[in-house]
Amino acid sequence: MKRQRLIQGNEACAHGALYAGCSFYAGYPITPSSEIMEILAQEMPAQGRVFIQMEDEIASISAIIGGAWGGAKVLTATSGPGFSLMQEGIGYASITETPCVIINCQRWGPSTGQPTKAAQGDVMQAIWGTHGDHAVIVLTASNVRDAFEMTVRAFNLAEEYRVPVILLIDEVLAHMRENIAWPEPGELPVVNRRAPESTAGFKPFADEGFLPFGAGSRYHVTGMAHGPEGFVAHGEAAARELRRMIGKIQDRVKELAVFEAAMLDDAEVAIVSYGITSRPARAAADQLRAEGVRAGCLDIKTLWPFPEHLIADIAGRVDRIVMPELNLGQLVREVERAAGGRCEVRALGRIDGSLMTPQQICDAARSGKLQAVGQENSK
Amino acid sequence: MNSDPVQVRLSGAGGQGLITAGVILAEAALLDGKNVVQTQTYGPEARLGSSKAEVIISATTIAYPQVTVPDILLCLSLEAAKKYMSLVHHDTLVVLDSTIGPEVTGRGRIVRLPMTATAVATGGKMAANTVALGALNRLTGLVSPESLRRAVLARVPERFRALNAAAIEAGERLASPAEAPA
Repeated sequence: MKRQRLIQGNEACAHGALYAGCSFYAGYPITPSSEIMEILAQEMPAQGRVFIQMEDEIASISAIIGGAWGGAKVLTATSGPGFSLMQEGIGYASITETPCVIINCQRWGPSTGQPTKAAQGDVMQAIWGTHGDHAVIVLTASNVRDAFEMTVRAFNLAEEYRVPVILLIDEVLAHMRENIAWPEPGELPVVNRRAPESTAGFKPFADEGFLPFGAGSRYHVTGMAHGPEGFVAHGEAAARELRRMIGKIQDRVKELAVFEAAMLDDAEVAIVSYGITSRPARAAADQLRAEGVRAGCLDIKTLWPFPEHLIADIAGRVDRIVMPELNLGQLVREVERAAGGRCEVRALGRIDGSLMTPQQICDAARSGKLQAVGQENSK
Repeated sequence: MNSDPVQVRLSGAGGQGLITAGVILAEAALLDGKNVVQTQTYGPEARLGSSKAEVIISATTIAYPQVTVPDILLCLSLEAAKKYMSLVHHDTLVVLDSTIGPEVTGRGRIVRLPMTATAVATGGKMAANTVALGALNRLTGLVSPESLRRAVLARVPERFRALNAAAIEAGERLASPAEAPA
């Protein structure tokens, strides 16, 4: 049997980052993310990697952007208040096509909120938090093994697509211990930055690969709209570049979609969820099946680009989608849009800092209009 | 315990080592080849008021990670008993420390054991969590006795190993008085 270990979600993120080859971490501690930083503070210097505690989260995101342009694979981890401070830097990372990973361990907000309570309230912020249309990838995880794998995937996608990749977890997953089959070296793919074929006349934004600062060619990197050479662009040239940046994510939505589907083939009710809420969702689907309700579930792990095609497919086959979230209804708006009125979409929100229970989801799946539809059919 | 999954809630006062006990129990179950999820109270209440650790053990995949209704409830403090004894079913095994008076009662199969007193007699109040694990495991057979020993000894610092080894045995004897030495 493979080596099993009992670890917390935050530990899985830290070890996933080491596995992926993270060579530069800059951060500022904040509950409930701090264990990620604590572990990396111990592990990274011992392994000849760079770890810096910065003065705040603005400095942290700026430092990892600098680290990336210095050639490192970079990470910062934070929680809501720190994530808010990082938004400007995330925009800079996006327009400068800087490969970087940001882990946001979600807690109850806004502001200081309830630092020790779980929430999924930062989903829209992760997708749209910085100003302007921009390219980011947003991932999540619903179990501890996932937290490890999705951290590795976040690094891989950051390197492959040259975008900021945000991994959203939450307080419960962060501190929950589960046994996981520990990934052996070589078991999970690790993508490294593509070097240019030639350094002469290197254009930093022309898909020629990535040349770190000081590695043989001088070039310009700016937060202003720019062309392939890195110099300021306006009008159509600026629009073309922004479309290219966003297109490199949006055009690959199917390829980027990571998800787990269960019992959906004959389902009349689909429970669509993400992150920790996929745990009660699965328990609810099993319970409903035991009661004779044909329920299935979809655990979405790539939140952005949003996998509309998965929802469109389900919406054409089920009577109802139930969407539980630990917020007042965020990603459900994307689900409603993708479902396009082909089935009922019922949002189920919870914001008291506790997990959704399987019973709450079962009740939402069973009650109301679904029964009414059955009654109409029987007339 | 024949049910699968088994839901265990360990409760007491902050500082009594309930979270450590939860982690140890989870590690013992893992040594037995089971799947396990362990969660705990997190935040100010875990440091001053009541503290709680939860462990779910199953031979298959565990969907919901928190205890809904416990199959086994341990209460080492009065405050924890007041908080959690109402959240059980009629068949829940409720193990109370003897410091919790007989006026505290409720549903479930209630067993009272002098776990804190036994820990003091064994060498330290701080070993009450280990005494409790020994007792709970003798009553339920949750994990193999060997796995429990290995998990306890792997988790505690070297200088406390002898105390904790004695505490497991004392807990096991508490839960099976017939075998206790005269």
